[in-house]
Amino acid sequence: MAPILELRAVKAFYGQSEVVHGIDVAVEEGGMTVLLGANGAGKTTTLRAICGLVKREGEILFAGKRLDRRTTEAIAGLGVAHVPEGRGTFVGLTVEENLRLGGYTRRSAAHENIQRMYGYFPILAQRRRQQAGALSGGEQQMLAIARALMMAPRLLVLDEPSFGLAPRIVEDIFTIIERIRREEKVSVLLVEQNASLALELADHAYLLETGYIVTSGSAKALADDPQIRRSYLGY
Amino acid sequence: MEGRITAIAPGGPAADRYAGLSFTAWRWIGTLALIAFVAILPFRLSNYHVFELTMVMIYAIAVLGLNILTGYNGQISLGHGAFFAAGAYTAAILMHRYGVPYWATLAPAALICFVLGVLFGLPALRFEGPYLALVTLAMALATPQLLKYFDTWTGGQQGINLAKPMPPPWLAGLGLERDRWLYFVVFVVLLLAIRVAANMLHGRTGRALVAIRDQPIAAAAMGIHTARYKTLAFGTSTLFTGVAGALAAIVVGYVSPEGYSLFLSVSFLVGSAVGGIATIGGAIVGGLFIQFVPNLANDISDAAPWALYGLAMLLFMYAMPRGVVGSLGPLINRAMQRIQQHRAAFDTSAEE
Amino acid sequence: MHQFLQQVFSGVAAGAIYASVALALVMIYRATDLVNFAQGEMAMFSTYIAWTLVNAEVPFWAAYLITLVVSFVGGMVIERVLIRPVENAPVLAAVVVTIGLLLIFNSMAGWIYSYTVQDFPSPFPDRPLFGALMTTRDLGVIAVTLAMLVLLFVFFRFTATGLAMRAAAQNPDSARLCGIRVGRMLAIGWGLAAAIGATAGIMVAPVLFLDPNMMGGVLIYAFAGALLGGITSPVGAVVGGLIVGITENLVGTYLIASQLKLTVAFALIILVLVFRPNGLFGTAIVRRV
Repeated sequence: MAPILELRAVKAFYGQSEVVHGIDVAVEEGGMTVLLGANGAGKTTTLRAICGLVKREGEILFAGKRLDRRTTEAIAGLGVAHVPEGRGTFVGLTVEENLRLGGYTRRSAAHENIQRMYGYFPILAQRRRQQAGALSGGEQQMLAIARALMMAPRLLVLDEPSFGLAPRIVEDIFTIIERIRREEKVSVLLVEQNASLALELADHAYLLETGYIVTSGSAKALADDPQIRRSYLGY
Repeated sequence: MEGRITAIAPGGPAADRYAGLSFTAWRWIGTLALIAFVAILPFRLSNYHVFELTMVMIYAIAVLGLNILTGYNGQISLGHGAFFAAGAYTAAILMHRYGVPYWATLAPAALICFVLGVLFGLPALRFEGPYLALVTLAMALATPQLLKYFDTWTGGQQGINLAKPMPPPWLAGLGLERDRWLYFVVFVVLLLAIRVAANMLHGRTGRALVAIRDQPIAAAAMGIHTARYKTLAFGTSTLFTGVAGALAAIVVGYVSPEGYSLFLSVSFLVGSAVGGIATIGGAIVGGLFIQFVPNLANDISDAAPWALYGLAMLLFMYAMPRGVVGSLGPLINRAMQRIQQHRAAFDTSAEE
Repeated sequence: MHQFLQQVFSGVAAGAIYASVALALVMIYRATDLVNFAQGEMAMFSTYIAWTLVNAEVPFWAAYLITLVVSFVGGMVIERVLIRPVENAPVLAAVVVTIGLLLIFNSMAGWIYSYTVQDFPSPFPDRPLFGALMTTRDLGVIAVTLAMLVLLFVFFRFTATGLAMRAAAQNPDSARLCGIRVGRMLAIGWGLAAAIGATAGIMVAPVLFLDPNMMGGVLIYAFAGALLGGITSPVGAVVGGLIVGITENLVGTYLIASQLKLTVAFALIILVLVFRPNGLFGTAIVRRV
């Protein structure tokens, strides 16, 4: 099966400095790929490069289309949904308004999509008229994911969904992500520092260190690799 | 290969030199040459041009005052014309009513404007961004009205006429008549102002002001007394502009309410932006802009000169959004760094 | 007492005009974080366009509609072409650009249309109401201002574009990730503001008479009104504008030293701001450390 997302020799910049130095990544259609690495490895910058939020070079192919030449809005319109680091919620707007914004490119199906989101995340239905900024961290993460799903994406890009969340909430979130992947038939590219949980769910994994890919392979292979176990899994 | 950290003045005997002299020496030579050039200039130009250049320097001092507030402190003021007027009228009233000699009016003008600045700075601290713009706008609008109202002191609508000062008798032999003499007086004040501003802004005070501008909460947490520094910035800023106003009154020989309208305050702000708000050299560029561009616009078009002035503003902001000195400064610094790095590489490879 | 009420009511009428221009200022500030100092002159220029149409025998309401559309498009073009280059530049650069625009519009109007003061028709008849406390024209102006406020409210709350604009103003990157063309939202914001300004200018012209310097004083009071109400609040803009209009009128009537009218009026407004530094309805600018 052809990969739905391919990065070829992609460089990405943080301001004027090059922080990602020519990497190759592939995400299989319908699969979940995870990008692991420590702080400052360039994971977030890579995701931002895919969505055109930072300066980038190299080829980024999504279902055969070149993303590296398109604007962020256009990339979103093609079916790439990015849940950014820090959630990116519109804190001054209500939960339901946030969802409507997620569905901006698919306004005709907005109502049914919103209902479906409330099905995945009942807590959001309860809080639909509240200001998004008043939600807890876990709820905001759910809102951010729901907002991304509103555009019926083919690729879901998630930047550290576990960040700042209690372990039980993190488990809930990952359970939902896995369920979404199966039911919505969406491919997932995940960036995580929480390596053990991510490797349980993912099919493929890449390890990024200071802007270079140092290891890649099936998630199971990386989870069994003693070096990785010592550095990133803690045992 | 060893990693090399290239610093500003990397190791290597000739890295921070150019053609045998250090960069500091070059800077001194450049400054002295500039001063000499400016000193000779009035002897080669007509009286009117000398007057124009004197006004450029006066505006530069005024804009320097604004830079201290806006550039280093992040507060936008639409009201510096008010302090210019305060300085001008202080000088005018002292000279006209009390016969104070012109050179003795500068200190009182400076003091009064400093006090006014501190008085306004205290309440102004409550306001940010567009709100501060409104408060300073109010000052600018109030100025002509207040000047006309207190007409027993200010001469009201008619204004005050002043005799233009003559050069002192002990300099008679030098061929300095009025306009040239005033040129040098203003030049000396400008040099003094630049020196004071540079000392203030490149030392502890300047760093505190930048800290307050960029990260006010962190600055306060570090123990910087934010209110005190902000007020000080306001007071010093108005002091400079007030002295400029006094000089203007002396040089032009006339003050009247019309000359201190909102347009003057706006001109200062524009001059500051065009030159570069957080720079000292930018104040001089600003002075040049304020003095010459409107006249140039008038020469080019009779019908819509202000449209050209406005267009000039747009073009300057598109080309150099941080002002002339603000944009060119970093470019020159980078070029100088590259020269140093090349020399360092050249010298170390020569050693091998 | 009667005189007091009369001054209050005519202050409300003047205030309604300040409120309209203040609405335009708030619109642009919310969309682009910028005070558009050229708003008054743009409105004046739009009014001249309407005047040209009316003089060419175009019926008033048709002329108004055409002017609205032209102003809307003009506002969008100005944002994309003239403001966009300084979008990411320091705020002062954008401020200077709007000041430059102010000069350009003012000067061009004077050049094209001359500085002769012109008459401008009002769609509202000028008949006294409530025992000469107000005129029907005043009422018309107030009604139009309130109508604009309601339309804006509906637009922002209940339309997709309105929601997208609010999102783009709050968090442009997240908005882009939702597929919203942020640049287009900014342009629409300016277009709307220009249309609001045009409406304000057309309401001012019958009263102050049409000339290139017509909006100068109005802009200053509108700016004060917008800030008094809270620069981020449309409701605040209207309330602020009305208060400023009433204050201006009362100060002008009861103050002995009439030359100090502007000074005293502004002093009062600033006094209020000292107690509410973000305006009456404004929200404090919350900054993350």
